[in-house]
Amino acid sequence: MSENALSLQGLTKSFGPAKIIQGVDLDIKAGERHAIIGPNGAGKSTLFNLISGLYTPTSGSVKLRGQEIGGVPPFKINRMGLSRSFQVSNIFANMTVRENVRCGVLYSMGYGYSFLRNIGNLKEVSEKTAEILESVGLIDKANLPAVLLPYADQRTLEIAITIAGGADVILLDEPTAGMSHSETDRAVELITKATEGKTLIIVEHDMGVVFNLADRISVLVYGEIIATGKPEEVRGDPKVREAYLGDEADDKTEGDAA
Amino acid sequence: MTQKYAALAPSSAQKFRQRIVPLIVLAIVLAIIPMFGPSRTVYSLLNAMGINIVFALSYNMLLGRGGLLSFGHAVYFGLGGFAAVHAMGAIGNAESGFWANYPVFFLPIFGFAGGALAGFIIGWPSCKRAGTPFAMISLGIAELIAAAGFMFGSIFGGEEGVSADRMVGTEFAGLSLGPISEVYWFIAFWTVVGVMGMFAFTRTPLGKLSEATRDNPERVEFIGYNPTRVRYLVFIFAGAFAGLSGGMAAVNYEIFTPEALSLAPSGLVLLMAYIGGIRYFTGPILGAILLTYMQSMLSDYTEAWLLYLGLLFVCIVMFAPGGLGGVLYGFTDALRSGKLGEMMGKWAGQVLGAALALFGMIILVEVAVYWSNGFGETFEPYGLHLTFSNPLTWVLIVVPLAAGIYILRRLATKEEGVIA
Repeated sequence: MSENALSLQGLTKSFGPAKIIQGVDLDIKAGERHAIIGPNGAGKSTLFNLISGLYTPTSGSVKLRGQEIGGVPPFKINRMGLSRSFQVSNIFANMTVRENVRCGVLYSMGYGYSFLRNIGNLKEVSEKTAEILESVGLIDKANLPAVLLPYADQRTLEIAITIAGGADVILLDEPTAGMSHSETDRAVELITKATEGKTLIIVEHDMGVVFNLADRISVLVYGEIIATGKPEEVRGDPKVREAYLGDEADDKTEGDAA
Repeated sequence: MTQKYAALAPSSAQKFRQRIVPLIVLAIVLAIIPMFGPSRTVYSLLNAMGINIVFALSYNMLLGRGGLLSFGHAVYFGLGGFAAVHAMGAIGNAESGFWANYPVFFLPIFGFAGGALAGFIIGWPSCKRAGTPFAMISLGIAELIAAAGFMFGSIFGGEEGVSADRMVGTEFAGLSLGPISEVYWFIAFWTVVGVMGMFAFTRTPLGKLSEATRDNPERVEFIGYNPTRVRYLVFIFAGAFAGLSGGMAAVNYEIFTPEALSLAPSGLVLLMAYIGGIRYFTGPILGAILLTYMQSMLSDYTEAWLLYLGLLFVCIVMFAPGGLGGVLYGFTDALRSGKLGEMMGKWAGQVLGAALALFGMIILVEVAVYWSNGFGETFEPYGLHLTFSNPLTWVLIVVPLAAGIYILRRLATKEEGVIA
C-alpha cells in the first residue's frame, strides 16, 4: 500500500444534481507514468481539480502517499509534493519568464512569505531557477515578459513552473493541447526528461503522446473509469474501443491520410 | 551553470544604475533645494509633496503591485496620523520618562506602527476577498471609520480634531522643528526612508509574490502559497507606510481631524497613483508631485481646478493608461532605441492637438464659472472681455476645440491605417 503515490477510493463529485465524478477508484504507484484519457466532458479536468485541491470531493477519499488530501487547500497539497499544470496557460503574464519560474521555486527553498531578504541575493534560488530554465530550454528567453512568449513556449513555461517546486507527483493537464507536430514531439521529450523518477499523471487527447509516454492508462467515461491497464491492454479492450478509441482511431487515420 | 545564472541576473553595474542612482539623485535633489532659499509657500508645498509621495506609493503597493483596488486607504493614513499626533501630545505633557526623551523627529515610527496595526485588524476581514468585493469592503470600512471618527470625540477630537505642538521633547540633529525650513529636513528624511523602504519591499520574496498574486491568484495556490495570506501581509505593509506618511503629516500640520479618514483623501490618493502610472514604481511619485502642485497652486488661479483634475484623470484613463510614468518611459525608450525622430513628429502633433483642445476647454470652463457665480464679474484674460454673449468667446471656444479634436482624431486614424 505504501508504494502508492496516489490512491483514490470511491471518489465522487456533484455540482448540484449533476454527478460529474461517480465513484472513481484508482491506485497509482510511485514512479509510474499514468495517463487519463476519455471523451470531452468525461470529467478528466474535474478529477484533476479534486486531486489538486481546487475542488472538495463530495464523497470518497484522495490519498497522497497514504495521507488524506481530499478538501485540503491547494497550497498545502502543493507543499506536500504534488504539483499540477493547467489546460489553458496559467502563468504570471506581467512578469518575466525568469520571475515566473523563480516564484515556483521560492516556497520549496524555504523562503515562504519572507519580507526581510532581497530576492536577488538568494543565490541558491537564482541557481535553481537557471537550472530549470536551462533544462526546459527557455534560458535564452529568460528576461522576456511571459505574455510575449509564443504559445508553445508558454506551455513549456507552464510545465517549468509546475516542476520548479521539486514536487515528486506531477499532474499535467493536456500539456500538448494546440501544439504542432514538431512542438508536440519536443514537449514529450521535455516531459519525459523533467519527470524522470517522478510520478506523472497526465490528461491528454493526443493518442500518440499517450501511448508513447504512459506506463498505464485509465479511461474515464461519464465520471467512471471503465478500464485501467497497460497501453496494449487498453487498446484491445472492446469497451474502450466502443466508448472512445473507435472514433478517435478513425479520426487519426483520416488525419494521417490528409 | 553559475555562469548562466550570472548572465541572467542584471550585472552589478546595471543594478547600481537602475536602483541606487535614482535614490542618490532623489537625496541630492532634496538636499540642494534649500540652497535656493525657497519661500515659506514653496516649503509648505514641498512638505505636502513629500507626505503625498509616501502616501501615494503606499497606495500603489495595493493597486499597482497587488492588484487590490481600495477606496479607503486614507483610513490608514489617518489612523497612523492620529497615533502620531497623540504621541506628540504625550511628549508635550511628559516631565520625564520615555516620552520626555523621545524626539518628535521619530514620530513617523508611531504612524508606521499605527497604520500597521490598523491594517492588521481591518485587513483580516477585507483580504478574504479580492477584486470587486475587496473594493466594496474597503469603501464600507472607510465610511465606517470616518463616521466613527466624528463619534468618538475623545480619540479623534470631533470636528476640530486633535492638535499638538511639535516644538517639544528632545531635539534630534539640532532641529527644533519650529520654522518650516527645519520641518523640511524632517519631511525630506522620511520621504527618502519611505521611498527606499517601499522600493526594497518590491525586491523581497513577498513583494514578488504580491505581483504574482495580482497576475494570477489561482496559480499562486499551486506553487505553495495562500493568496489570501499574501494579500493580507501586503495590506499590512501598505497600511504601515500610509501610517508613516500620516505621521509625517501630523508633525507638519500639528493637527489631525476626522476629515483625514474620509473618502475625499482616499479618492485623491487613487488619482495620484493612477495619474502617475500604477505600472511603474516611480509613477505615484510623479502623480503625487503633480496633484499636490495642482491642489495648492492651481486652486489659487481658478475655482474650477477640481474640474481640470477630473478632466486630466479621464484623459489619462482613456488615452494614456500608463499614466505620466508611461509617457515618460515611452519617451526615454524612444530616445534609447534611436526612434526619437519618427516618434517626435507624432508626439508634436498630439501635443499640439491636446493643447488646442485644452485651450478651447479652458475658455469654456472659465467663462461658465464666472457666469454661474453671478457676481457680475467676467473672465478677462489679456484685457479681453469674454462672456457668453460675446461672439469672440464662442470663436475662441469652438475653433481651437474643433481643430484640436480633428488633429487628434486624424493622428489616431493614421496610426490605425498603418497597422491595417
